[in-house]
Amino acid sequence: MPYIPNTDADRRAMLDTIGRSSLDELFSDIPQSVQDRFRPLGLESLSEMEVYGRLCELASSNAGAGMVPFAGGGVYDHYAPSVVSHLASRSEFVTAYTPYQPEISQGTLTAMFEFQTMVAELFGMDIGNASLYDGATALAEAAWMAERTRRRGRVAVSEALFPHYRRVLDTYAWGSDLELVEVPYLPNGRLDAEAVPSDLSALIVQTPNAFGVIEALDGLKDRLGDAFLVVSCNPISLGLLEPPGAFGADIVVAEGQALGLPMGFGGPLLGMFATRQEHLRQMPGRVAGRTVDADGTPGYVMAAQTREQHIRRARATSNICTNSALCALAATIYMGTLGGCGLRDVAAQCAQRAHTLAERIVEMDGFELAFGAPFFNEFVVKTTQAPQAVFERLREAGFLVSPPSELESLGLDGALRFAVTEKRTNAEFDQLVAALKGESR
Amino acid sequence: MRTIFEQPREEPKAGCFTPRDAGSAESLGIESALLRQRPLRIPTVSEPIVARHYTALSKANFGVDDGFYPLGSCTMKHNPKLNEAVAALPGFTGLHPAAVDEASQGTLELLYELTALLQGVAGMAAVSLQPVAGAHGELTGMFLMKRYFEARGETQRKRMLLPDSAHGTNPASAAVAGFSVTEIPSDDRGMVDVDALRDALDETVAGIMLTVPNTLGIFEERIEEISAAVHEAGGLCYFDGANLNSFLGRARPGDMGADVFHFNLHKTFSTPHGGGGPGAGPVAVSAPLVDYLPVPWIVKKDDGFALDWDRPESIGAVHSFFGNVLVAVRAYAYFLRLGDEGIRRVGENAVLNANYLQERLKRVYRLTYDGLCKHEFVLSAKGLPNDISALDVAKRLIDLGVHPPTIYFPLIVPEALMIEPTETEGKEGLDRFVEAMLQIAEEAEMSPELLREAPHAPMRRLDQTQAARNPVLKHEF
Repeated sequence: MPYIPNTDADRRAMLDTIGRSSLDELFSDIPQSVQDRFRPLGLESLSEMEVYGRLCELASSNAGAGMVPFAGGGVYDHYAPSVVSHLASRSEFVTAYTPYQPEISQGTLTAMFEFQTMVAELFGMDIGNASLYDGATALAEAAWMAERTRRRGRVAVSEALFPHYRRVLDTYAWGSDLELVEVPYLPNGRLDAEAVPSDLSALIVQTPNAFGVIEALDGLKDRLGDAFLVVSCNPISLGLLEPPGAFGADIVVAEGQALGLPMGFGGPLLGMFATRQEHLRQMPGRVAGRTVDADGTPGYVMAAQTREQHIRRARATSNICTNSALCALAATIYMGTLGGCGLRDVAAQCAQRAHTLAERIVEMDGFELAFGAPFFNEFVVKTTQAPQAVFERLREAGFLVSPPSELESLGLDGALRFAVTEKRTNAEFDQLVAALKGESR
Repeated sequence: MRTIFEQPREEPKAGCFTPRDAGSAESLGIESALLRQRPLRIPTVSEPIVARHYTALSKANFGVDDGFYPLGSCTMKHNPKLNEAVAALPGFTGLHPAAVDEASQGTLELLYELTALLQGVAGMAAVSLQPVAGAHGELTGMFLMKRYFEARGETQRKRMLLPDSAHGTNPASAAVAGFSVTEIPSDDRGMVDVDALRDALDETVAGIMLTVPNTLGIFEERIEEISAAVHEAGGLCYFDGANLNSFLGRARPGDMGADVFHFNLHKTFSTPHGGGGPGAGPVAVSAPLVDYLPVPWIVKKDDGFALDWDRPESIGAVHSFFGNVLVAVRAYAYFLRLGDEGIRRVGENAVLNANYLQERLKRVYRLTYDGLCKHEFVLSAKGLPNDISALDVAKRLIDLGVHPPTIYFPLIVPEALMIEPTETEGKEGLDRFVEAMLQIAEEAEMSPELLREAPHAPMRRLDQTQAARNPVLKHEF
């Protein structure tokens, strides 16, 4: 049997030791009535080679994996240096679990500490945690944390939030009886700061927002009283942009997939979460802290655990246990390899290329930018053509963009969104523009 | 261990990782107040140093590939390398989640098939792959129960019953979803005190969260009676699937009365734990809860597989996209490799290994609840000479090349040592572990200082108190 080292002789010897005559006897404590209702799956065992073949067959029927992605929405087709997956797939990292025993988990713990440092630095915040599941649930946890701290029962959220983040936020808000109020956007694509209501536990803003537009965070915190400013951002953009922490954000969250992780049809992802020092006790998720061993040698352990479910149970700040440690490790190696300079370089390339493509698209008749405010690497164009038809035409030409229905759900008809990374080439731009014109390649 | 911030750094050069023909970032029309004012202090480290640094870190870690890892309740089984190979196929990794149904047929088919297999294992009405961790599955389950009672107009059902042996995530999940927790005591055999349970049941009870077998590794013999009592009182039964490995191929939670059941693909179905994720926590539900499952559903149509968002009764989405897809790929490969026969062998060998260890160790260590165990059992270090603690035993095991068991859990056993060998350890490895544990018991009497000062390598015992009192959570530049 695959993956089971015991031999028949081992099993016999072990049963003898236990004083049982058969394996069946080991299950005599499961009620017979329950066992009688058991039904197998009707599944035959395949050889390793057969399983590999079957999975290759499935992988190759994903036509989308061969398409050129101009889709974004938090998941982007960035380049990851080879060293990232090579090191992150070392089995000492992959086959370990939560570092409950720090003396033999220094690899995981040191990497967590490095990740926390990088997150805090990137976001301009005091402390980052060691990861949450994804950008959407990190945002929902931020709303919960703000509500735990301020307890006003109400959180305002920008209408220009990714619809898939909003869906998760809606579920979590309903599940905890938290009221959400929507703040509209201006014709230039930015949040209508005048429309932010009072008496809130938090305001949630995303930048770049669902239209790719960079929000003007300056001055926003001053309008909120003591309500939390929660900012959801794109970590790559912070190579170029001033971090939300500099504008007084209380919690900053992000989807970290862009930092060296595969797209993987949207999972696993990497939730990034950071806050201010004074809110540490309310922060969800694991954190590693520096300490010393009995000889005074520096080392790392899980810190501030009294917030966590395994200690505090029903009074924990969050129920989270397993999170995205291995994804955080990959992101750490990615950031460590690029450094601040490389991150700026990637961010600048993404922005520059996105602007190049945007210019080329709006040169054509029947296309214009939907919004006047500056954007980073994603932008929305209005088209006089039927967007679904354009979408289909692009797909046939081998280009993947987000379905127009997503923008329609934000009240934007006749529009398409394009995301550009450092991987997109001028040749691809030529082909994309040709496809938009309706020319064959 | 030095951090990456303390390594020699490289002179940063633009254009190392990106094409050079893109021009500058100037004139993007972004207000200068919104542009980064101060350079990022993340150092640029050259690849040879990055490679050595993270290789050194990996060597300071202990994984299943390094040795025996009997961490109770975590099912640290071998992670087959085949799973890693198939999950790295570009056809899976290179797929953007916006890929429309026609462009993602391979992945959708895989997710559909895995859903059906998990549904078969659970013996329940439907499964959602969206939750990405066990605790996320629990939270989803709590939302499902809340939705169910909302639909029935029974919003007064705000109490969740939990045995005192429950995992910490259970009360935490119930609480964040707005339920209050009522603890049910265990009886003298370590099982739910059914009389106390009956006394607690009334019209304010939403349901019970039960780990089967429980965290002592004991199968609740009166499981059918428990679920019947909860159902009669109008409540629902949530079964935590952390311990599914123990009855794989023998029994199904649906046949025990479960209404919600979560899987841990990273425990039972061999996907790696990754130092704390990413895992996956799919949920199975009974017929009355099916309509409430998260969106999107993965459905089979005449012309292929599709995502179905049109489920008006659904609780909504609980993940950005479709759950941890690349984890699902690994679990699916595991299913195909094992088949029914292999799956049955997993459960049998996991339980055999645990009972073998229990039998050999109970002669030296106190076993609070004797009798058949399932995939794990709980010893107590209490009663060892010289007040040696569970922590001392654990740290000494590190010296002897074994990953310590879970300690101080479940809370109802003092000085608990919770041991789960899994089926992927062979008898020879188990015997070595027994020898180590016997040696430690002897040392507890003869040379207790050896235990109190353990571990001696790779580093000495770390001071957790200091880290809790004065948390230093990042590198100071």
